[in-house]
Amino acid sequence: MSNLIDDDPRIIEFDVRTDEMLVNMGPQHPSTHGVLRLVLRTDGEIVSETEPHIGYLHRCAEKIGENVSPRQWIPYTDRLDYLAAMNMNLGWALTVEKLMRHEVGEKARHLRVLIAELNRIGSHLVGMGAYGLDLGTFSPFLYAFREREKILDLFEEACGARLTYSYITCGGATADLPPGWLQKCEAFLDQFEPIIKEYHALLTTNAIFVKRTAGIGVLSREMAIDYGCSGPVLRGSGVDQDMRRDGESIYTGMYDGYAFEVAVQKDGRYPRDHSYPSVPKEAVLGDCWHRFFVRMLEVVQSMDLVRQAIDRYAACKEPLGEPMKLAEKLPVGDAYLETEAPKGQMGFYVVGNGTSIPWRVRARSSSFSNLSVTHELCRGCLIADVPAIVGSLDIVMGEIDR
Amino acid sequence: MRGPGFLESIEAAFPGAVVGSQLEALDPWVEIAPARIADVCRWLKTAGEPRFDALECITAVDWFEPDAKKAAKVSWQPHLEIVYHLWSTTARASLVLKVNLPRWSGDVAGHLPELPSVTGVWRTADWHEREVYDLSGVLFTGHPDLRRILCPEDWVGYPLRKDYEMPLDYHGIRGR
Repeated sequence: MSNLIDDDPRIIEFDVRTDEMLVNMGPQHPSTHGVLRLVLRTDGEIVSETEPHIGYLHRCAEKIGENVSPRQWIPYTDRLDYLAAMNMNLGWALTVEKLMRHEVGEKARHLRVLIAELNRIGSHLVGMGAYGLDLGTFSPFLYAFREREKILDLFEEACGARLTYSYITCGGATADLPPGWLQKCEAFLDQFEPIIKEYHALLTTNAIFVKRTAGIGVLSREMAIDYGCSGPVLRGSGVDQDMRRDGESIYTGMYDGYAFEVAVQKDGRYPRDHSYPSVPKEAVLGDCWHRFFVRMLEVVQSMDLVRQAIDRYAACKEPLGEPMKLAEKLPVGDAYLETEAPKGQMGFYVVGNGTSIPWRVRARSSSFSNLSVTHELCRGCLIADVPAIVGSLDIVMGEIDR
Repeated sequence: MRGPGFLESIEAAFPGAVVGSQLEALDPWVEIAPARIADVCRWLKTAGEPRFDALECITAVDWFEPDAKKAAKVSWQPHLEIVYHLWSTTARASLVLKVNLPRWSGDVAGHLPELPSVTGVWRTADWHEREVYDLSGVLFTGHPDLRRILCPEDWVGYPLRKDYEMPLDYHGIRGR
């Protein structure tokens, strides 16, 4: 570690070495995205060691899961990644369906794609806006929340809740979409599409933003895999992996017939390169800028998927079908399934023992693994870069502490 | 991982390490002898085919029925089961490893069972093993920094054990 600091050009530039100091960041800090405490060992402005302390939001979700039936645990999954509750519901519902060898109908399948992708847009908007806040710019946050509000309105109309939906459930969804909902959703997409340009102007190509993110917190491909990183963090390092394409058949089957391209840089190019601003020269694959850019690309990708899902859903004439019974008996055995949530691969593990209450419930969260790489990324950076790096991982403490 | 010959290749590299398997299960799994788990994992990551370069999750399942009436009916002996979910980013395949441990070392309540750590194989195991230690009480030998991660450092007991009892009081905060 000492070598790393000695070689750091910034040390030579400042030419100062002071006594080491421990700086405490959080647990209540605007840039820690919830209750995360970081203890930094610093030498002047340079961080030599970062130690994340987690657990402030621990709610024993797994233990609760051992005492309620799978459908009763759906509301608890809402509170894992509360910014993408639909995706959490979906992950758990699919895991239970995998264990029970249950397959949902066509209509429920398209409804799930539609809702989950819409929530992905919402989650990435928060990620984008909050990242702007971390870097000290307030306006992108307001722009992002203005649009997210419309998504929340749509969700509220579909299920009555604005944050913790419990909408997608084991065996389907709790209710069908209300009449006229699809038109409202399409109207939102039409209105939203040109706005993405504003986001790119505000952040992606903004000179200050590029200076703060490009070349900062570079996560190599090998390290990303070694630390179990997933989602935009993994793809931002150039690993071509997306569970919607590479996952298990029960999940990838949901996206059968949907056209989408994984947002990852291949041979120095992102898919549909011509329609976005180009990568700035300072950016290095795996840095904060790339992680952010992958999220922005996924917003467009999800819009595409929502459009496709609307058409397919509208073409389904049969009724949605009833979800599973509240106390459906689980077979003896275990099942593990990973789905591609906005923050990364969300894994659920369920062990059944012949009763309606699971023997063991486990939630493997993407943010947990993504956060564990912080101390590697922050080694040798400036204190001011710590929020930029942690923010670029786009973590949600709800799913880390469970 | 359902490929034929896969199980045999582990057997050949580590004679006696595979103590059980269920390849017909929903997620086919291989049971490994506790003392060999770190070696088998290192081999799976660096030499096996395909290379399992990512560790997704470590879970501890406590097979113990605290209710004596129900316990008389169950078909298994009390034990701890540690489940490793592996993933290969190159082959896009998954693998499940299981390890069976006694609930307490030497059957003395409070003495944690020991298991070789796989932090030297995948660095993500660091936090995952800390979580298993914290919530289920497994001592990972060779772990560089084994301490509680979600619960406070002075917490007593292992909450995900089936016989865990919620404390009545924690620093003056009422528990029940």
